[in-house]
Amino acid sequence: MAIELMNQNTSTENILEVHNLKKYYPLSKFSIGKRKAYVKAVDDVSFNIRKGTTMGLVGESGCGKTTVGRTILRLHDVTSGKVIFNGMDLSKVSSGQLRKMRPQMQMIFQDPYSSLSPRLPIGEIIGEAVKEHKIVPKSKYRSYILKVMQDCGLQPQYFYRYPHEFSGGQRQRISIARAVALKPKFIICDEPLSALDVSIQAQIINLMKDLQEQYGYTYLFISHDLSVVEYLSDTIGVMYLGSMVEIGKKKKIFSNPMHPYTKALLSAVPKSNPDEKMNRIILEGDIPSPIKPPSGCKFRTRCQYAMPVCAEKAPILKEYEDGHKTACHLYSQD
Amino acid sequence: MGLFDRFKTKKIEGVDDTMYLTLREERRITKENTKIIKEFERQKNRKHVTEAEYLTQMRDPSNVVEFDNLHTYFFTEVGTVKAVNGVSFDIPQGKIVGVVGESGCGKSVTSLSLMQLVQAPQGQIADGSIRYQAGNGKCYDITKMPKDQMLKIRGKEIAMIFQEPMTSLNPVFRIGEQMDEVVLLHVEGATAESAKARSIEMLNLVGIADEEKIYKNYPHELSGGMRQRVMIAMALACDPRLIIADEPTTALDVTIQAQILELLRNVKDKINGSIMLITHDLGVIAEMADNVVVMYAGRIIEQGTVHEIFKEPKHPYTIGLMKSKPGGKLKEDRLYSIKGQVPNPINMPDFCYFCNRCDHAMNICSKEYPNMVKFSPDHLTACHLYYGEGLQEQNQKRMQNNQSEGKE
Repeated sequence: MAIELMNQNTSTENILEVHNLKKYYPLSKFSIGKRKAYVKAVDDVSFNIRKGTTMGLVGESGCGKTTVGRTILRLHDVTSGKVIFNGMDLSKVSSGQLRKMRPQMQMIFQDPYSSLSPRLPIGEIIGEAVKEHKIVPKSKYRSYILKVMQDCGLQPQYFYRYPHEFSGGQRQRISIARAVALKPKFIICDEPLSALDVSIQAQIINLMKDLQEQYGYTYLFISHDLSVVEYLSDTIGVMYLGSMVEIGKKKKIFSNPMHPYTKALLSAVPKSNPDEKMNRIILEGDIPSPIKPPSGCKFRTRCQYAMPVCAEKAPILKEYEDGHKTACHLYSQD
Repeated sequence: MGLFDRFKTKKIEGVDDTMYLTLREERRITKENTKIIKEFERQKNRKHVTEAEYLTQMRDPSNVVEFDNLHTYFFTEVGTVKAVNGVSFDIPQGKIVGVVGESGCGKSVTSLSLMQLVQAPQGQIADGSIRYQAGNGKCYDITKMPKDQMLKIRGKEIAMIFQEPMTSLNPVFRIGEQMDEVVLLHVEGATAESAKARSIEMLNLVGIADEEKIYKNYPHELSGGMRQRVMIAMALACDPRLIIADEPTTALDVTIQAQILELLRNVKDKINGSIMLITHDLGVIAEMADNVVVMYAGRIIEQGTVHEIFKEPKHPYTIGLMKSKPGGKLKEDRLYSIKGQVPNPINMPDFCYFCNRCDHAMNICSKEYPNMVKFSPDHLTACHLYYGEGLQEQNQKRMQNNQSEGKE
């Protein structure tokens, strides 16, 4: 009984649980007589995010991190697996129900230049969904939008201006305001900083942190920039070619990276210190094609510790320390 | 209430109307610009320019390029954009010079001026000179050089690696054809076979294992990292004296970035050339550069060797940039962020451009543009904090702080 209760407790703490999520894209529609080929964009990914925390998802481009974000929100349909958000399986709910749940989960997109409609003034961009979902009564609509704008560091006179009048950093603030205006519980940030300058990045990072403190948002932060992820997240998942290779608390990942890929990623980040030159692991070659991934461990073609067993079977994600999981044959006993 | 009142634009409180121009003003500016541009183009398109006109003397023969008070302006219909506004620095032989700054600070335009590739007719080098020491021992002023002479230098002695390998390779030609073209154009007596041999040698040099196959591929068949390698191979084909790398790794992943940076460093040693590395990533600069130039709004605000810049940054902007980068060993909860944003490039003030974003701004800062202060032979910075009135004010502040602390 006690054990059951505890389990329930942990599951209510998690705002999002992803179980064995798979997303395959068929390569061609007509494949009679041929074996159907798929791009396994996301292949068996599982993780949980606790309420009010930030999870960072890192990896090279093409590793499927954006697809994970989009399938969680069901912008793409799930091939198999479960996405449980607040106790509801998102992969099963009807489209009517999904629509009702949409305000609770929002997304901030990568490119602030193409994700804002050029024909709508800022107030309209932020307020469109607020009207649609009736977040606030009509009489309070304007004052509510202005308050959201103020929270995100936008001045009230911007209400009637159009996106082209703003710089990249301001536009990203507008994207954030648009997401935040729906009073969401969970926000997916898909590389929100990669199009911005360093000094502006810092402003946006601070804004996101402040908003989280104030309203208790949960973030899934997708990025390829490890230093930003280190700064913002509580847990970190490292993806490679559609699968999770390592997941754990931020401190563990940075102080004791286990998977060779994580080690290489960490050492590849240029340090702002001219004395620390040249002591890095340089990965050979490119990320392999996801259509024909290598047999066994997907990373073995670039791994400096590759063993014969790596080509034979795929390593399983195993827990080695408290919450620190990795999928690598180096650490498995057998 | 008149009939048409509702069609009038609403006057919104607090909106700065000065950034909008009336049609009449715009027309006046366009008219003026046409006149100015015509004059520049006439100068540029003169025929029979003798070599004596663009021959000069290097200040220091160990430099490959010397920028001297370079001004590159863009004459747009909303006003003149001073993209590069008085930039002077040197690129020594065999060194990597890193140019950092935010987008729009003029770092790319500086390099394009050096290649004579500034978007004409609206973009023009208005003043200053770029002295280039050519391979034949002569020294040319690139700003005065006629176009046909420039063809002999561009791509051969000064090569450029562009930011986006996706868009800077021609999608309808095979990699091999594009690479051969460089050799065929620049090397005298080159045949199709020798060009191919050279291209394959270069592909091999940049670490492409399957060079014969890549030679026959189209750009879309390659990954981003591979394309960037091809770009580098192409730049190296004629043994350039100077490579300009304009954000060579911005579009790439960290692991691929590490590969490309390693490659650039090796390549530099092999051809014994110099690299002008343009980036906004301080980490890349720290890793690669020997000398650093920090630009802000079209001007150099600090320059020095990489150790001087990273160990003892002097200008508040440089300090701010370093602090605002996450991932240092910081323990504070908030990242330092430089407030505000880069000023509008039209109608720049005649005082310090960084003044309204600076934490140390003083009275003098909004009066005049600071001079360059020398800390060591290489380390220069343009800031009022370190000389004259500003220094006095700073000292007074410090004194007062000390006194108030003493009282407590």
